[in-house]
Amino acid sequence: MADDTGRFGVGALHLGIPNRRQFFQLGAGAAAGWRLSGNAFAQTERPSNPPDKPRGQVIAALSQEPTVFHPLMPGIEVDQGIWWQVFSPLWFIEPDGKFVPDLAREVPTVENGGLSADGLTWKIKLRSDVKWHDGTPFTAEDVKFSLELINNPDFRVRNRVGHNLVKDIKVVAADEIHWRMEAPYSPYMSILSLTFIVPKHILEKLSDPNASPFHNAPVGTGPFRWGERVPGDHIQLNAHAGYHGKGPYVERVVFKYIPDLTVLYTQFRTGQVDYTGLQGILPNFVQEAKTLKGRKIFVSATSSVEHIAPNLEFGPFADRTVREALYLAINKQAIIDALNYGLPTQTESFVPQQAWSFQQGLPQHKYDPAKANALLDAAGWTRGSGGVREKGGVKLEFTNSTTSGNAVREQTQQLLMQDWRAIGAAMRVNNMPAAVIWGDFWQQSKFNSVLVNVNFMLGSDPDVTPRFGSGAIPAKGGRGYNTYQYKSPEADRLLAEGARQFDIAQRKTTYGDLQKLIRNDLAILPLFQGFIAEGVKEGLQGFRPNINTSINCWNIREWYWA
Amino acid sequence: MARYVANRLAQAIMLLVIVSAIGFAILHLAPGGPLSQFAASAQMTQEDLDRVTKQLGLDRPLPIQYLDWFGRMLKGDWGKSYRDGEPVLAVISSHLGATLELMATTTIIAVLLGCWIGILGALRRYSLFDTLATIGAMVALSIPTFWFGLVTIYVFSVKLGWLPAGNRETVGDGSFLDLLHHLIAPSLVLALVETAMWGRFMRSSMLEVINQDYIRTARAKGMPEWRILTVHALRNALLPMITVAGLQFPTLLGGALVAETVFTWPGMGRLFLDSIGYRDYPVVMGILMFSATMVLIGSLLADILYAVVDPRIRVG
Repeated sequence: MADDTGRFGVGALHLGIPNRRQFFQLGAGAAAGWRLSGNAFAQTERPSNPPDKPRGQVIAALSQEPTVFHPLMPGIEVDQGIWWQVFSPLWFIEPDGKFVPDLAREVPTVENGGLSADGLTWKIKLRSDVKWHDGTPFTAEDVKFSLELINNPDFRVRNRVGHNLVKDIKVVAADEIHWRMEAPYSPYMSILSLTFIVPKHILEKLSDPNASPFHNAPVGTGPFRWGERVPGDHIQLNAHAGYHGKGPYVERVVFKYIPDLTVLYTQFRTGQVDYTGLQGILPNFVQEAKTLKGRKIFVSATSSVEHIAPNLEFGPFADRTVREALYLAINKQAIIDALNYGLPTQTESFVPQQAWSFQQGLPQHKYDPAKANALLDAAGWTRGSGGVREKGGVKLEFTNSTTSGNAVREQTQQLLMQDWRAIGAAMRVNNMPAAVIWGDFWQQSKFNSVLVNVNFMLGSDPDVTPRFGSGAIPAKGGRGYNTYQYKSPEADRLLAEGARQFDIAQRKTTYGDLQKLIRNDLAILPLFQGFIAEGVKEGLQGFRPNINTSINCWNIREWYWA
Repeated sequence: MARYVANRLAQAIMLLVIVSAIGFAILHLAPGGPLSQFAASAQMTQEDLDRVTKQLGLDRPLPIQYLDWFGRMLKGDWGKSYRDGEPVLAVISSHLGATLELMATTTIIAVLLGCWIGILGALRRYSLFDTLATIGAMVALSIPTFWFGLVTIYVFSVKLGWLPAGNRETVGDGSFLDLLHHLIAPSLVLALVETAMWGRFMRSSMLEVINQDYIRTARAKGMPEWRILTVHALRNALLPMITVAGLQFPTLLGGALVAETVFTWPGMGRLFLDSIGYRDYPVVMGILMFSATMVLIGSLLADILYAVVDPRIRVG
């Protein structure tokens, strides 16, 4: 768990919801905090006796290859594993949801004057003892440059959510920067905790911001500096002696790319790798892995939710009764126990259960095919030829798609098909490779239903405007990823309200109401909260799963060999 | 001879153009694209995806994209990887060494072992050795490389601990012995099929030769058996093997693709798989052109060599 007191005497959050005072001490973005440790299952450790100087190396295995090293460009989770080591954000989020200053001296709050009461003016005080890996001092100019680069139309940026509201950036001093927001936007605190600052002195000289040697030999302010990359094999990072924060305590970290998860686990088992990072250990190996000598297994919750995504504009799914009946007919427990080895937890919400914003007491799913049948009968869905229900010429038949080759999801589909056949709904499987399914098929809502795992959170903030806002439907020209095509004036109102509010109690109420609404409307059919099983070699200290980040090797700076 | 070579070269160049056009079309017409990986994450909106698509030039008509790519390729610019922004040729060359290392080792093992088994099988036709070699070859050709690789890892790495469970080297070591240690398992797994093929071809070729009249004549003249074998039979039996060698490249590349995945070998096969998965068009096209060129060069060299050693082959 986190220390009782933060670096600047700010009390850490513990179980229970923080009070208003705590919230403002931590900054508005504490609205993005969690009630519990991000690790729901594992006993995590905190370094107690790290060595005086870096010692040894860590070999971290990844089943995907990190290839994007510019932290503002389009990348995936695995790339973030590198960004966390090489770069620094202004502040980061601890597993318990507490914001901790990194490049900033303190997290801006209304109390410390960093944030105006209306949420429009931000004043950030920066550390003055930070150096880039090449020895150049870090200054407010780097922060200004990073924010402007994100908004540069010629730059191939990942996204501009929140950043596009930033105006009038002023460098007040080398260690202080101010800006104004076009509109109050509380999730920006969380967004900034996942925004890495890049060096102005290197990148400003580029004629093309999308291509330079920096992209493949990045220079940052993080705990590790770039070492070497053997494409298709590994990336080596070396300890940065002048790092401004705690650590690093190992001389080197090697990210080893092992594409096959069975082989990855085998290499962990034979001791060739010290840590199994993304995608972790396959569920079918977890029990055996727990019996391995000299290895420790951590099963931790992630922010993502495994769910069935209905296309709400598709025939039968437009009828809420159908969605409710389908939901009642799913034997969730069988999916969790039989296919996922009992590792995940059932959920009814799009918000992780560890989050401060999680709404307790949502209606609990019950496996009840009889009730599902009764609902459909009452709604006029009568069984036709072959036992498939119909209403007004519309048959209760649809396809379900997921990434082909994902064995567990394909087995889940078999169970769903069986469950839904029992209530007169005919489901057909229509799976595709990842590069196909997540293209236009998903983006433009060309599916009937999809079995998918989505992280709805913006970092640790519950603002789901891009997911459920009616203006975020790509198929209708909207800006966002509301591929469900969910439209609700009430949801729009709550979303707009939540993004404007800076008071945690108010935000909790707003997002609680939103969760009730989404659960009631069954915009998604949630199955369970995501999980990841990871292994570390005994003696390797400091591993702390963090539900607020996309990858659990966010803090290798704290890792050390006992 | 010069005219023959020129003809073959012209045919090869035409083939490469056709391969590039077909490959480009299939690759781009397949659903999905290089940005699909980001669509699944909660980071990029459709607007972001459209913007990057335009920046990459993927919104242009396909023929324009092809002509642009082809024109650049002729000038030596094979484009840049969408994944890491590196020039395609640099990406390929960074993976080529590992694959060549694996393929060369495999070929040496397969040629030596396969030829020996084939020759012995032909000389002792229908003996116990020949029967066992035939059955062994059938089994070897039937075993999926992926499965055999996993079994090898399980037995020799997990259970016995004799060999590493993959990788090209131990991080931070990289000595010759370390490299050799890591090379054993993948090259043996890959050599299994290759040895079987070489053995079968060699046996057939040798059988054909030792039944020729000139071998009978040599025996009638009282020439020692070892001399008949080495001077007359083996030289002629090895001729068809030139063609086999020339056509082994695609087979080896296919096998390497699987072996590299199982043994986490950072070679071309795995690069190709990854690049297809990510729809990294420039890299896939680069590998396609490189492989096609290698196959054509292999077959061209085999033909020329054959024409050199056997004048009957030459046309005109």
